[in-house]
Amino acid sequence: MSKTKKIYNFMGPRKIMAAFSIILLLVSIGSLAVNGLKFGLDFTGGSLVEIGYQQPADLGKIRQSMENAGYPDVTVQTFGAATDVLIRLGETHDPKLGDTILASLQADEPDQTLELRRNEFVGSQVGEELREQGGLGMLLALAMIMLYLAFRFQLKFSIGAVLALVHDVIIVLGLFSILQLEFDLTVLAAILAVIGYSLNDTIVVYDRIRENFRIMRTETPVEVMNSSLSQTLSRTLMTSFTTLLVLMALAIFGGTTIFGFAVALLAGIGIGTYSSIYVAANLLLLLKVQREDLIPPPKEETEVDDMP
Amino acid sequence: MLNRYPLWKNLLILLVLVIAGIYAAPNLYPEDYAVQVSGTREAYTVDSALMSRLEQDLEKAGVAYKAAELNDGTGLIRFADGDAQLRAKDMIADELGGNYVVALNLAPTTPEWLSDIGAGPMKLGLDLRGGVHFLLEVDMAQAVGQRLDVYVSDIKGQLRDERLRYRQVEHLDDGRLSVRFADAETRDQAEDLLRGNFPEFLTETDDTEEGNFVYINLSEQTIREIEDYAVKQNLTTLRNRVNELGVAEPLVQRQGRNRIVVQLPGIQDAAAAKRIIGKTANLEFRLEAKPDESRANTEVYPFRTTPGRTAELERDIIITGSNVANAQASFDENGQPQVNITLDGKGGQMMSRVTRNAIQRRMAVLFVEHKSRMVEQRVDGETVEKRVPYTEKGIISLATIQSTLGNSFRITGLESSQESSELALLLRAGALAAPIYFVEERTVGPSMGAENIKMGVTSVQIGFALVLAFMLLYYRVFGLLANVALTLNLVLLVAVMSILSATLTLPGIAGIVLTVGMAVDANVLIFERIKEELKNGMPVQSAINAGFSRAHTTILDANITTLLAAVILFAMGTGPVKGFAVTLSVGILTSMFTAILVTRALVNLAYGGRTLKKLGL
Repeated sequence: MSKTKKIYNFMGPRKIMAAFSIILLLVSIGSLAVNGLKFGLDFTGGSLVEIGYQQPADLGKIRQSMENAGYPDVTVQTFGAATDVLIRLGETHDPKLGDTILASLQADEPDQTLELRRNEFVGSQVGEELREQGGLGMLLALAMIMLYLAFRFQLKFSIGAVLALVHDVIIVLGLFSILQLEFDLTVLAAILAVIGYSLNDTIVVYDRIRENFRIMRTETPVEVMNSSLSQTLSRTLMTSFTTLLVLMALAIFGGTTIFGFAVALLAGIGIGTYSSIYVAANLLLLLKVQREDLIPPPKEETEVDDMP
Repeated sequence: MLNRYPLWKNLLILLVLVIAGIYAAPNLYPEDYAVQVSGTREAYTVDSALMSRLEQDLEKAGVAYKAAELNDGTGLIRFADGDAQLRAKDMIADELGGNYVVALNLAPTTPEWLSDIGAGPMKLGLDLRGGVHFLLEVDMAQAVGQRLDVYVSDIKGQLRDERLRYRQVEHLDDGRLSVRFADAETRDQAEDLLRGNFPEFLTETDDTEEGNFVYINLSEQTIREIEDYAVKQNLTTLRNRVNELGVAEPLVQRQGRNRIVVQLPGIQDAAAAKRIIGKTANLEFRLEAKPDESRANTEVYPFRTTPGRTAELERDIIITGSNVANAQASFDENGQPQVNITLDGKGGQMMSRVTRNAIQRRMAVLFVEHKSRMVEQRVDGETVEKRVPYTEKGIISLATIQSTLGNSFRITGLESSQESSELALLLRAGALAAPIYFVEERTVGPSMGAENIKMGVTSVQIGFALVLAFMLLYYRVFGLLANVALTLNLVLLVAVMSILSATLTLPGIAGIVLTVGMAVDANVLIFERIKEELKNGMPVQSAINAGFSRAHTTILDANITTLLAAVILFAMGTGPVKGFAVTLSVGILTSMFTAILVTRALVNLAYGGRTLKKLGL
C-alpha cells in the first residue's frame, strides 16, 4: 500500500462506464431473446445416461448403435474426459433405460467393461415447475434484499443495490446464453450465490459512502463517491481475488458436474466486483443521492458497539 | 486502549472451539464396509446365536471380517474392503433366505466416547455416495376415482335397505356420481337420505325426460382427505417395500401435495429397486361364473400365460391381496414357482365362508396391474402428452376347490421365479392405495460418488492452500492470525454440519469452497480498516480497536443479505441445491464468529496489553 491516501477519480469516466454496462446489458438481453438459455435436464425434462469407458470412446459408433437399438433422436457427447460419454434422450420414462443402453453399448465393446455412472430422468412437468420456482426464487431474493436495505440504509441505496444486482444477473445469464453453456440447477444456485456475494461488495461500498457523507460535510457527492470507492478499493479487490482463487480451483479440479457452477460464480463475481465500483455508485448519483437522505443518522452504530 | 479480552471471553471462545473440534472429529474416521442383517418381521429377529452362526460361516468360507456387532435386533458385520463385503453379502443372503433383509452399508467407525455424546460424521448425499433418487407422483384422480367407486356400491346398498327404488347409480367421467330415479318423490326422499348419511356429499337435482337425477359432488375437504389418505397409505407401502429391498438408511418422504421422494443410498441393483417400487401389482380371488349366471354379474378375463384362452368369472371379489398377512415364494413338487399365502383373520373367514358353498367349483386368481401410457392429445390446437392409466388383469390360475379353504394356501401359474418372489414381496409389503408414476429419477454409480468426493476434497484443499498462502504473503502476522481463524472456521463448519446431521452434497462442497473464499472477507475488511486508521495517524492499539468496531456494521449488513439469499435458496431448492444452501448459510454464520471473535481474540493475545510503535500488517 502506498503511504499517502490516494483518491482515484472513479466517477470521472462514469458516462463511459455506464455506456459499457448498457452495451453489455443489451448484448446479454439480445442473446437471451435470440438464443435463449440452453436449459439442462433439470429444467427441460428428459433422460440422461452417463457411461464410463475404459478406453476413449468412439462417439460415432455409439450414435450408430444407439440408432440400431431404437433410440434415433439422441445426443451423444463426451463429458469431461474422452472415456466418459453422456447420452441424452427424450422424455418418456423407462425404468430399465440405463441398463438397456449399457447392455447394448457393452455388446459393441467386448474388450472393455463399461460402467453405468449416472442415470437421470426428470419429468417435463417437474422441469417446468423448477423453472418457475427458480425465477420466483430469484425475484423473491431481490425483493427481500431490497426491503432489508431500504430498512437499513435508505430507499435510494436499496434501489441502487438491487439494480446493480439485476445488472450482474442479466450479464451472467447473457454469458451463458452467448456461450451456450448448459444452465442447470447448480448454475441457478450459483447465480443466487452471486446475488448474495455481489451484494456483499455493494454494501461494503455503500456503507463507506454513508459514513463519508456524514464526515465529509463540504465535498460534492461525486467527491464522496470517489473517496469511498478509493478507500474500499483494496478490500474489494482482495476479497474478490481470494474468492476468484478458490473458484478457479473449483473450476479446474472440481470436475465437470460443477464446472458450470464454478463458471457462473467466476463470471458473477468478476462482474459483481466491477458493478459494485462502477454501477452501484453510479446509480446513486443518477438517483441524485443527497447528504439530506441520510439525516437523521441511523442509530445502528451504537447498537453494534454493544456487540462483542 | 489495551485490547484485551476478559478471561471469561477467551475461555468461552476456547470452549466453543474445543466442542467444535470434538464434534468435527468423527469425520476423520473412515467408514467401514459393512453388511447389515435384520429380520423381516417379529418372528425372525437377529440374535446373538444367529450372529455367531454367521461369524462361523464367514470364517469357514475364509472371508475376513473386522467385527460383528448386534444393536437393537440388527446385526452389523464390518469388513476391510468392498470385495469381502460383497462376497459376504451374497453368502449371508443365501444362508438366511427370504425372512431376513441383508443390506450393504457403510458403518461409521466413530469411537464410542464420541458417539456417546451424540457426535457422528456428516451424512453423504447420493451424489457423493452413489445411489438412487426417485420422485414419485401419486395419481390423485385415480385415488378419488377409486373412492367414488366404493361410494357407488355404498349408495346402492343404502337405497336398497330403505326400499327406495333407483334406476341407475353411475360414476360419471367428470368426477360426479349420478343416481337416476323414476319419479321425483322417490328422488327427493333419496336425496334427504343420502345427505343425512353422507355429510360430505354436495347434491344437486335435475329432472329430464330420461328420469329424475341426483348428482353428487364431493366437498373440497373430502377430496383433500382422500388424497391425503392415498399419499399416506402409499408412503407406508413404499416404506415397507424399501425395507424389503434391504437398503440401509433409506429415505421415503412426502414432498408437496402429491409427491413422494424415495432415496436409496448405496444400492447396487437400481433396476430391481425401480421395478419393485413402482409396481402396483395386486391379486383378486374370484369364483368362476356358473353357466346360468346373468351376464350383468360376470366378467371375462384372459389367461396371462396362455394367449387366447379366457374364462368367465363372477364380478364379486372374495378377497384381494390386502387380506394377505404373509407370502413366501417357493417351488412346488415339479419345480414350478409358487407363492405360499397366509391370509389375515378377516380374509381367512371370507375365504372359508365362500369356498364352503363352492366345493367342486373353480376359483380364479387374478393378477391385477395398474399401468399407464403416454398418449398425445390435441387440446385447443396444441398437442399435449397425457398420461392415461389403464388396468391389466389376467388370470394366473383357475383351480377346482377340493375342500373348504382356510387361511393358508398356495398359488401357482406364475411365469418365473423372479415373478413369484416379486409377487410375494409385493403382497407382504401391501398394495399401493393409488397408482404412482416416476417424475424424476437420478442414479449415481458408486465409483462416480467416490470420484466426486475426491474432486471436491481436492478443490477444497487447493483453494484453501491458495487463500492461506495469499493471506500470509499480503498481511504477514495478521495474515497468519486470519489463517488460523480460517482453519478454525472450517472445523466449526464441519462440526455444525455434523451436529445438524446435514447432508453433504457436491454443491455442498462447492459451498464450503466458496465459504473459504468469502470468509476472509470479514478479516480483510477489518485489516484494511486498521491500516487506514494507522495511516490517519491513530496509535496502534486504538487503530486495532477502531478497525474491529467500525468494520462490524459492514460485516453484519453484508453477511445478513447473503444469508437472506441462502435461506431463499434453501426454501425453494431441492436435493443438491439445498445442500449448497445449507453449507453456505452455516459457513456465513461460522465465518462471522471466527472472523470477528476468534481473530480478535488472537490479535488481542498477540498484540494486546502492550505499547507498540509498529504493526506487522
